[in-house]
Parts: sequence; C-alpha cells; structure tokens
Amino acid sequence: MEHGSYEDQTQATFSLNDEDHTLANSLRFVLNQDPRVSVCGYSIPHPSDARVNIRVQTTGDPASEVVKDSCQDLMLMCQHVRSTFDQAFTKFKSENES
Amino acid sequence: MFVLILKTESVQYSGAYASMKVDNSLRLDQFRSNFRVQVTKIEKDEKKEEDLIEFDMVGIDASIANAFRRILISEVPTMAIEKVLIANNTSVIQDEVLAHRLGLIPLNVDPRLFEFMSESDLPNEKNTIVFKLHARCGKGGRITVKSDQLKWLPQGSEFLLSTEKNAPSSTSKQRTYTSFSCNQDSIPELRDKPIGPKYPGINLARLGPGQEIELEAHAVKGMGKTHAKWSPVATAWYKMLPEVVLLENIEGEQAEKLKIKCPQKVFDIEDIGNKKRAIVARPRECTLCRECIRGYGWDKKVAIRRVKDHFLFTIESTGALPPEVLFTEAVKILEDKCERVITELS
Ligand code: SF4
Repeated sequence: MEHGSYEDQTQATFSLNDEDHTLANSLRFVLNQDPRVSVCGYSIPHPSDARVNIRVQTTGDPASEVVKDSCQDLMLMCQHVRSTFDQAFTKFKSENES
Repeated sequence: MFVLILKTESVQYSGAYASMKVDNSLRLDQFRSNFRVQVTKIEKDEKKEEDLIEFDMVGIDASIANAFRRILISEVPTMAIEKVLIANNTSVIQDEVLAHRLGLIPLNVDPRLFEFMSESDLPNEKNTIVFKLHARCGKGGRITVKSDQLKWLPQGSEFLLSTEKNAPSSTSKQRTYTSFSCNQDSIPELRDKPIGPKYPGINLARLGPGQEIELEAHAVKGMGKTHAKWSPVATAWYKMLPEVVLLENIEGEQAEKLKIKCPQKVFDIEDIGNKKRAIVARPRECTLCRECIRGYGWDKKVAIRRVKDHFLFTIESTGALPPEVLFTEAVKILEDKCERVITELS
C-alpha cells in the first residue's frame, strides 16, 4: 500500500495492493457520505493488476485521517450488521424449531 | 424506461449533507437505527445440516451488500484438493481430468482449523489434509468410483519421497510427501467429526475389467478468487425488493387481463361491491420480467420499481460451513480489510 500525496495534505491517492471493488466501492460509499470529503472516487488501473487507486480530496482535513475515519465507520457498520444478523438468526431458529 | 432498472445507486454524495451540517456520528447512529435483518428461510440437506439461508437486509447501501456477496464468493476460505499424486491410473479418464474432478469435491471440514500453506511451507498437519483412493475393478462387470471411496489419512501421506526409495531403509523413519508431527485425529474438533467429502455419491470415474486407480489427494486451504473449487458457496446473490405499483385503479376486464399477464401471480383480484379491482398481492414474487407493462398503455397503469435499500439475500453453502457462519465470516473479512488500511495509514 502506498500513499501518493503532495505538500498539500488535503488531497491524496491511496493505492491499495491486493484489493478490488469489494473494499474500494464500499469505502468510496462511506467516504462520499462524509461531509469533509469534496471529491472521492476509485479506479482499477489495469484489470490484471491486483491494485486499486482511491482518490480523496477534502475540504481541509488531511485526506489520510478522513480515510482512516471512514474505515473505522465501515468497521462499526460491519459489527452492527453482524450482531443484527446473529439476533435475527437466533430469533428465526427459536421461532421455527420449538 | 430503462433508467428505472439501471439506477441502482442511491444519491448520497457529501454535498447533499454539507449544507445540513450533518456529522459523522449521526450518520452511523442513523444507520444503526434503520438497519434491519430478517431471516425468511433456512433449508437443510438430507443430513439435517443447513445449506441454504434467505434473509432480508434492509437499510444498507448496495455497495456494501455487494461487498458481502463478493467476499462470500471469492474470499471466504475453504479446503479443497490441490495436489493429486497418482501412483496408478489405468482407467480411461486422464490423470489431469481426474485430478480436476477431485479438486471440485466439496469437503466436509471447518477451514478455520487449518492454516494457509505458503510456497515455503512443508505440508504438515496444520495445512494439509491427505486422502487416499484405491479402486480396482475385478474381472467382468464395471464399477463406478464415487467420492465416498476417498479415505482420510490422519497420519499424512503414505507415499515415500522418491529420494527415500533407494536409500537404505535401516535409518529411522522414511520420509513421505508430508511431514506430520502428530496425528490429525488428536485434534479434538477433527476427532469428533472425521473429514470426508460432503456428499458420498459424486461420480469420479468408471472402471472396466482390470482397470485400477491408486492415488493420494492433498487438500489445502484456499480462496475462491484463486480457483472456484475453494468457493464456499454454490452461489450467493441478492435482489432488491420489487415494488409493483398500480398507477390507477384497474377494474373489471382489465384487472382479469393483468392477473393473467403476470407469470409470477403477483396480482390478485379484489371484489369491491360488484366491481372487480386488481391489487398487488405478492410483490416479492416479482421477477421484474416487465410483462405486465408490455402492450399499449400498460406502462401508464402499472409501474415496477425496486426498493433501493432492501435486499433479499440468498446464500447456498457447498457444505464446509453452514450459510449463516459464512455470512458472519464474510462480514469479518470486510472488517479485516478496513483494519489493514487503518494500520497501513497509521
Ligand atoms: S414484472 Fe413480471 S413478475 Fe413482476 S409484476 Fe410484472 S409481470 Fe409480474
């Protein structure tokens, strides 16, 4: 994973190795929801390379911080999905097997 | 008209929120309160083990639902046969075809008990499962070799390395193709549930009189993105909840027509006084085939839409893990990915 940025910390391209649409698209979604982000998008430069570039431009905060926060948010969302799913599953089981 | 089908993305760019001064934590809370899961169906196979789950996931964006689906198909690891050592094969099926068939057999083993084998690793009890297959057809008749003839070897390979064959056998234990330091039987989880193919009746080869197959199959841990044989799901998919809307009252003959039009029986007829009126009775059954809006004027009467944050998710497991565990694992994998990015950036 590299981090391509200039003097200006508010815009950066993050190049993630061994990742694809799976992470990039979800991250792009979370980033785009963040009010601090002015532009965000991702691309896969070449389909044979396992690499994805995520471009983030912010309204003032350092881009890497914003990306970190978004990852954190995505993780929290996942945890919530997991616990909700577990509850729903146990509920279904108890209703259908007793 | 096709715009309806293609617009699967929701309008959620930062600008939409900036003017409202909405902050981060609020959006998460909002997600938490809106998100809902409801299991609608669980199916079991003959052995009473779960192999299919259907559930509704409401209040999540397509990008994340799709991430779960993609991970399920290509990134949740399982065990599958990767190396086949063929000692003898006089059947009509070629070695490489036979090896490929063996690779595709779903194995009934929890992959979480094993480790990935990297290039430099020697096959040991933590990363390899060894099976043996020895089938021979006697004189007269034919036999079919099925997957249940694969026998698990908890002590590892029985084939000697070629370098050992010529060496004097007086020295200590001879080396085989695997170096197990203990018997896999001694691992409690494996003792209670011996490893074998998930389904006993998968045809591998047909043998004629005098033909014989003798081989050893080594299974390792892998992911679906390397080869589909490691994919833990037969398939995993979702569709958005269809929303069928009647734009005007459809009555009498027209209602009868509409009811017959739909192959999925989405519409029903309701009697109001002595009038017959069409209603949408089973929108979940809709396949979005667009038959109901075909023909002149029908698109003014009926609209088919989809609810953009309501997903009907289906997961069919191949048998290594029950489908609900697969989903949980997939979500964990997405979490790990995020964590990796965070550590890389800190
Ligand atoms: S789109 Fe097809 S399945 Fe859906 S309501 Fe219309 S006719 Fe029925």
